[in-house]
Amino acid sequence: MTDEVRTMPTAGQPQLMRWSVVLPGLAALTCALVLPQFANAYVTEVATTALLYVVLCLGLNVVVGYAGLLDLGYAAFFAVGAYTSGILTAEFGFNFWLTIPVAMVAACVAGIIIGAPTLRLRSDYLAIVTLGFGEIVRIIARNLDITGGASGLIGIERPEIFGFRLMQVQHFYYAFLVLALLTAFVCLSVERSRMGRAWFYVRYDEDAAAGIGINRVTAKLQAYMMGAVIASVAGCLYAAKMTAISPESFTFNQSLLILLGVVLGGMGRIPGVVLGAVLVALLPEVLRGAGTYRPLVTAVALLAIMLFRPNGLWPDKRV
Amino acid sequence: MTLDLLIQQLVNGLIVGSFYALIALGYSMVFGVIKLLNFAHGDIYMNGAFVGLIVFSFVGIWVGNGWLGVVCALLVSMLAVGLLGVIIERFAYRPMRNAPRLSILITALGASMVLNGTALALTGGRHYAFNTDLGFAGVDISTVHITYTQMVLVAASIALMAGMQAFVSRTMYGKAMRAVSIDMGASRLMGIDVDRVIALTFFMGSALAAGGGVMAGAYYGSVHFFMGFIMGLKAFTAAVIGGIGSVPGAMLGGLLLGLLEAFGSSLPFVGSEWRDVFVFGTLILFLVFKPTGLLGRSVVERV
Repeated sequence: MTDEVRTMPTAGQPQLMRWSVVLPGLAALTCALVLPQFANAYVTEVATTALLYVVLCLGLNVVVGYAGLLDLGYAAFFAVGAYTSGILTAEFGFNFWLTIPVAMVAACVAGIIIGAPTLRLRSDYLAIVTLGFGEIVRIIARNLDITGGASGLIGIERPEIFGFRLMQVQHFYYAFLVLALLTAFVCLSVERSRMGRAWFYVRYDEDAAAGIGINRVTAKLQAYMMGAVIASVAGCLYAAKMTAISPESFTFNQSLLILLGVVLGGMGRIPGVVLGAVLVALLPEVLRGAGTYRPLVTAVALLAIMLFRPNGLWPDKRV
Repeated sequence: MTLDLLIQQLVNGLIVGSFYALIALGYSMVFGVIKLLNFAHGDIYMNGAFVGLIVFSFVGIWVGNGWLGVVCALLVSMLAVGLLGVIIERFAYRPMRNAPRLSILITALGASMVLNGTALALTGGRHYAFNTDLGFAGVDISTVHITYTQMVLVAASIALMAGMQAFVSRTMYGKAMRAVSIDMGASRLMGIDVDRVIALTFFMGSALAAGGGVMAGAYYGSVHFFMGFIMGLKAFTAAVIGGIGSVPGAMLGGLLLGLLEAFGSSLPFVGSEWRDVFVFGTLILFLVFKPTGLLGRSVVERV
């Protein structure tokens, strides 16, 4: 129904090796690496949260930004990861690192259950079904015994690596930094792969994509599952960091914040999404005194971005 | 399940179902005309309940807490919230009408969050009592007591829906609405003022949701800023069960969902804490096996 003529983006080659990209990237990375050496525990804690949001927003960006699907229950996959890892370590004494693949499989299965029926239908259906799914996962976590009910799961073991136990906030800061870099690397590679190009075409024009031989249901399902897997890995590490998780960490509001991060910075482009994620993590700190006005500020921010700057603060030049 | 319990659940299901149906109808109408899932619809229902409560509290000073007050609250709220729907359409949705699908959906979500966030900021998240004095008189069937209030609520929502159906199928504006839902461009060429028809659709859909909100608030006796969230989801489920875009479908879907929920949560292994899971499970099953719903026509993705 869009009237303007759209040109297909050249999803092929973002110029990675340009100095204007590499230098600021290296500077940001250096700052991130040395930050805990200078900052106090509070700043490190906020920065760790920011890195968690970077991972989650990068994951949701695969679904929303690359494939153009609106997922309103993304926190559910985050919860699937956190609870899978939490239950396996706390109740069954699994090694933390072994729970990650199990959580990934669990997220994939959940992704197929929700995605396979709905991705064949109109894109709006996915939005509202994922909204319902987010609630279902939270209700299940609240009502089962194994998830600890409403009070949650406690006593999740801290992970150990080569005999070194991750304990302090700095340790988890570096763990999340590694995960964020890994996620960014995976996203960057996938973005330029055959699969990533298929997602771009599906997002821009589903029918044309189908016309050139892309199986759109498969392409969407791949994006949806990849997003689910990233969130579940973030969930594993989050559970290990918190050692206690409760259903209230995975509400609809959490999904909204992740979505806001993706939309704020600029959908579909990694630097924009990273910027958006950091802003979203800082938001509660800035709005600490705002109390019940906080959700309204978030909402107005989202609406204003969509109406006045729909491509985000740091948009993709290729679009 | 004893006969009494059966009748009791039937009554509960019909009442909840008629609320679902009222809200599902607005969802369905807006979807039919502009092919947009209006995420803000559940919040419009919540706003309707609050406006109704405010009017009820003021009017109550003169006319008391009886039927007259509730009817005043219902009418004023439907009018005011209907206008709110038109304002939302004008400032949030109309500028986005030619934008990519994803942007429209996120805008709708933003509109929903703004309504919800405003209500939270203004009420501080408190529950407000909607103290009506409608009496407990009624009829007894076996040991089940059915109040006149319950009967009036179901009858009123059926009357509202029947009125809507008559409007859509009999009047000139209804015909214009149906034309716009089939082909917006062609309707414009035929001289239909498409913007006005869309605004009218939002007005009517929002007014119905507000009506549902006032009735639900008066019936349950409590109003809360978060009441629209789950209601919006369930009304969507009802609209899908009935066939989205179809007016009789929304009614049928709402009543069926209400009954399904009432009987489902009284099954021994389900229990009321699993009620919402049961509802969304139904939604997913419908999307897998009968995505067009019971009375809907097949919906083609717009290109």
